[in-house]
Amino acid sequence: MGRFHRHSDGTAHDLGHDPGPPALHSDLGDHSGYDDARERVEILERILGENDRTAEANRQDFRAAGVRVVNLMSSPGAGKTSLLRATLERAADLVRIGIVEGDIYTSIDADRLSGFGAAVSLVNTANGFGGECHLDATMVRSALGRLDLPSLDLLVIENVGNLVCPAEFSVGEDARAMVYSVTEGEEKPLKYPAMFRAVEVAVINKVDLLPYLEFDIDRFLGNLADVNPDAQVIMTSARTGAGLDEWCDWLTQRAGGSVAAG
Amino acid sequence: MHELSISRSIAATVRDNAAGRPVGRVRIELGQLRQIVPETLRHCWSLVVEGTDLEGSTLEITEVPAALKCRSCGARFTLIAAIFRCEHCGSREVTIASGEEFMITSYDIVGA
Repeated sequence: MGRFHRHSDGTAHDLGHDPGPPALHSDLGDHSGYDDARERVEILERILGENDRTAEANRQDFRAAGVRVVNLMSSPGAGKTSLLRATLERAADLVRIGIVEGDIYTSIDADRLSGFGAAVSLVNTANGFGGECHLDATMVRSALGRLDLPSLDLLVIENVGNLVCPAEFSVGEDARAMVYSVTEGEEKPLKYPAMFRAVEVAVINKVDLLPYLEFDIDRFLGNLADVNPDAQVIMTSARTGAGLDEWCDWLTQRAGGSVAAG
Repeated sequence: MHELSISRSIAATVRDNAAGRPVGRVRIELGQLRQIVPETLRHCWSLVVEGTDLEGSTLEITEVPAALKCRSCGARFTLIAAIFRCEHCGSREVTIASGEEFMITSYDIVGA
């Protein structure tokens, strides 16, 4: 999303790339030597189909184990790990929580989450996954073998910090949530609409910093509503604890659903 | 930069389907609501196929404009910015009519 064509004067329009005859597009790429097509094979295959099939396998496993799954996304530094730490401090006695921690290289975030009563399974996307900037269904599947799913009520998948790529890859989750910090400005929903549209809940974090910023919260919320009018907004500060009850309520309600359904 | 893994995924699908026959042009449809950059995807394609049986094949990307349909007034219109509101009546009760496509549609078998 967000690939609306823009000119240097800032105007945008769609280029009228109607799916017309293929000949219209023959100027794209280098086709030298390939004017001798013998046969055109129609296949109509979804490009992310393989990921979606693996995501469905994950979903079946989650269902069989009676665990509900939240895919938590954000840009780097929005406060996902701090929010999860604060969440575990409050909710780990009430709900059995597991965490899949996505990180390109390090175990820093997984280490920060250890010792709070949750099972943590780390996926380093640099190890065998090409250093990807997102978690896909296969990477999450690789992490599940290290978790005892039936002993959990709730699995939180902390995605790699990135506002673009994670939104394209389903991992078999029940719900998607994002953490957004007030230091990121008002316009990001319009710039990264795929992410903001994908989520059920937007946690607006670091609200303790609002007095020191020129962040116009109403403008941000208007932009968010333009992109995703159905998103539930929860204002938090992982540092002061503001709003964490509301966030934990949402999470535990999600997990409670698993007890009822399981 | 997920275009690299996506290129690998397209290549795997085409390779399976072509079963050893030489492939020329590979056509995909890409909706404008997808967070995928066509130029980057084409570049990644050339990297992914280099030195493989698909070397020399090209990716032909047909972009599909994002269009919304209003559930309140029935208008259908093309989205020009990421504002999911009816441009006629202002309603937020809109559904996506097109723009989320991401499909391999066909490829060419080439050769003598």
